[in-house]
Amino acid sequence: MGISRRAALKGLAVAGATAVGVDAARPGRAEGAVLPAPPADAVGMLYDTTLCIGCKACVVACQDANDLPRDPTGIDARYDAPIDLSAKAKNVIKLYRSGDQQSFVKVQCMHCVDPACASACMLGAFKKREFGIVTYNVDLCIGCRYCEVACPYNVPKFQWASATPRMVKCELCNHRLAKGLEPACTEVCPRHAVIFGKRADLLTEARRRLAENPGRYVPKIYGETDGGGTQVLYLSHVPFEKIGFPPLTEEPAPSLARSIQHGVYKGFIAPVALYAALGAVMLRNRKRTGDADGREGDER
Amino acid sequence: MNGHAVAVGGRIFTRPVRVFAALAGLGVLLVLWRLVVGLGAATAMNDGYPWGLWIAFDVVTGTALACGGYAVAILVYILNKGRYHPLVRPALLTSAVGYTVAGLSVGLDVGRWWTIWHVPAFFWHWNLSSALLEVALCIMAYIVVLWIELSPALLEKWQTSSNARLRRWSLALLPVLKRSMIWIIALGLLLPTMHQSSLGTVMLLSGWRLHPLWRTPLLPLLFLISCASMGYAVVVAESAFSSVAFKRKPDMKMLAGLATPMIWTLYAIVGLRVADVVWRGQVGLLLAGDIRSLMAWVELALFLAPAIMLASPASRRDLGSLVRASMVMLFAGALFRFDTYLVAFSPGANWSYFPSVTEILITAGLVAGEVVAYVIVVKMFPIIAGQPATAERTV
Repeated sequence: MGISRRAALKGLAVAGATAVGVDAARPGRAEGAVLPAPPADAVGMLYDTTLCIGCKACVVACQDANDLPRDPTGIDARYDAPIDLSAKAKNVIKLYRSGDQQSFVKVQCMHCVDPACASACMLGAFKKREFGIVTYNVDLCIGCRYCEVACPYNVPKFQWASATPRMVKCELCNHRLAKGLEPACTEVCPRHAVIFGKRADLLTEARRRLAENPGRYVPKIYGETDGGGTQVLYLSHVPFEKIGFPPLTEEPAPSLARSIQHGVYKGFIAPVALYAALGAVMLRNRKRTGDADGREGDER
Repeated sequence: MNGHAVAVGGRIFTRPVRVFAALAGLGVLLVLWRLVVGLGAATAMNDGYPWGLWIAFDVVTGTALACGGYAVAILVYILNKGRYHPLVRPALLTSAVGYTVAGLSVGLDVGRWWTIWHVPAFFWHWNLSSALLEVALCIMAYIVVLWIELSPALLEKWQTSSNARLRRWSLALLPVLKRSMIWIIALGLLLPTMHQSSLGTVMLLSGWRLHPLWRTPLLPLLFLISCASMGYAVVVAESAFSSVAFKRKPDMKMLAGLATPMIWTLYAIVGLRVADVVWRGQVGLLLAGDIRSLMAWVELALFLAPAIMLASPASRRDLGSLVRASMVMLFAGALFRFDTYLVAFSPGANWSYFPSVTEILITAGLVAGEVVAYVIVVKMFPIIAGQPATAERTV
């Protein structure tokens, strides 16, 4: 059953490029003009906590696909078990447990519709490129780590152990997508707890699951609008804040800083005007008092 | 009143200078070590706290401590208070040295330091949404502008140099500089206005991880006012230092006059801060009783205290109370910036940061290097106004 659904989704992902418009991703949100629209070709993933059994096959597949080292941690460091995202792990499975309630949760880059890392990055090393994937270009990276300060999900990681460090984060296996493959984590998942597809189709699928089993889930698709929306979407049977998701509004994470920056520096008019005004005031002062240096200024 | 700057003179490498130079030398060695081993081995920074002491203190606080040149220039050139002119050169020197050191700090903090020239060079890649890009470009430009603003002091000395080429260059450059100085000074006012406010915008991008008491759209304005506030306080502190170290009699009338802009900036910061918290309905957070509400109260108290200390005209004319108030002001501004970049930033309970010994020693070395550079320049070049140094021993 799961397989057929997945096959159908894959088919949609390939064929749906023209069929599914941008607006389908957020029906009934015509009034939300502030919401940024995901790119028309946006792809993503849908993760369902009720299907994940925590086998971590995706963790190992991710390491293999992205040439990452094994990251054995824990008591005897025998098993590959990265406990959090790091320069060695672009994708991890975490476990939340409280009383008799428990849930696994897959953590990787959310591929925001309006990413804070890209808004932060001085030279655009982080940028939304093809399929809306937030990609990293080391040639434009200075290593300032502002992306780490900016990301509301704590995703980008820095190679602290290296003297020639890079940033590390999930790029949705774009090197595999280029070869017609899907991301390593979605391909390997034995329960299809995480599936790959066009964002619009994944939203449709998530809504279908919510409608079919309303009691099974928290009635929310995380990432539909949170922080302006993400291309990786989540369904959960425990409240999202308990499995590590920040309570974001619909406002894109970078909008406050950006609106100030753009507001003040729009067209670079304000700085030029201020510069001219400062010069004019000083010229007037010089006429009134002394030389350019103001040295013979008003000695009172 | 003697408004003319003269070189302090005297022996340069006195014992205190040698001690500071040794500390700076240790810092240089540790910097080299950090460049070889990488940030992970040398610092306590981590993926939760990607910015540590070097950004929060050396850059964000250090550049504000180096805003003396900015603060005095507003007074002298914009408000046309020419009587403060003797303060310009010492203030410019601390600014030039301070910003240069802050720039070096950025260079050793960024992971891929050998690519830092990409930031100004790759202009077609500039991300104009990035407040940090603006800060970086402005600070780089301002370092250059500050040294140009200060260069007449160097050229005045060199125009009587025994080196013929140096003498010729100085004589040729000085008039050019004098003619264009207004537009250079205007740039020296514009650039700090831009990047000091943007240092506030930078942290707004951290969103929910910045505590709501600091996460306000007024943050850029508060950063701007606080840098001017710290600038005036630095000028007072530095005059007091010169009076002790170089046996200069401080011009009390002039310093007392600085109390007025100092008090204004303090009231502006406290007023804006309180109004903002009330306006945004965050008073509850001030009363939460946790570490961050406590820090907010300490900040407010430290900003308010110097204004009260300087309330009476008598206290403004007293060097001791002026210096004490200035010290509290510097501490208040530094804490506000430190809080915004470190204390109020919370990536989650499982992350922690306390600077490593290497980080602290490098910061100490950089500060010591600033002191050495300042002392060397004032001894060799006409920076400080007043009588030339006597045969008395000076620092």
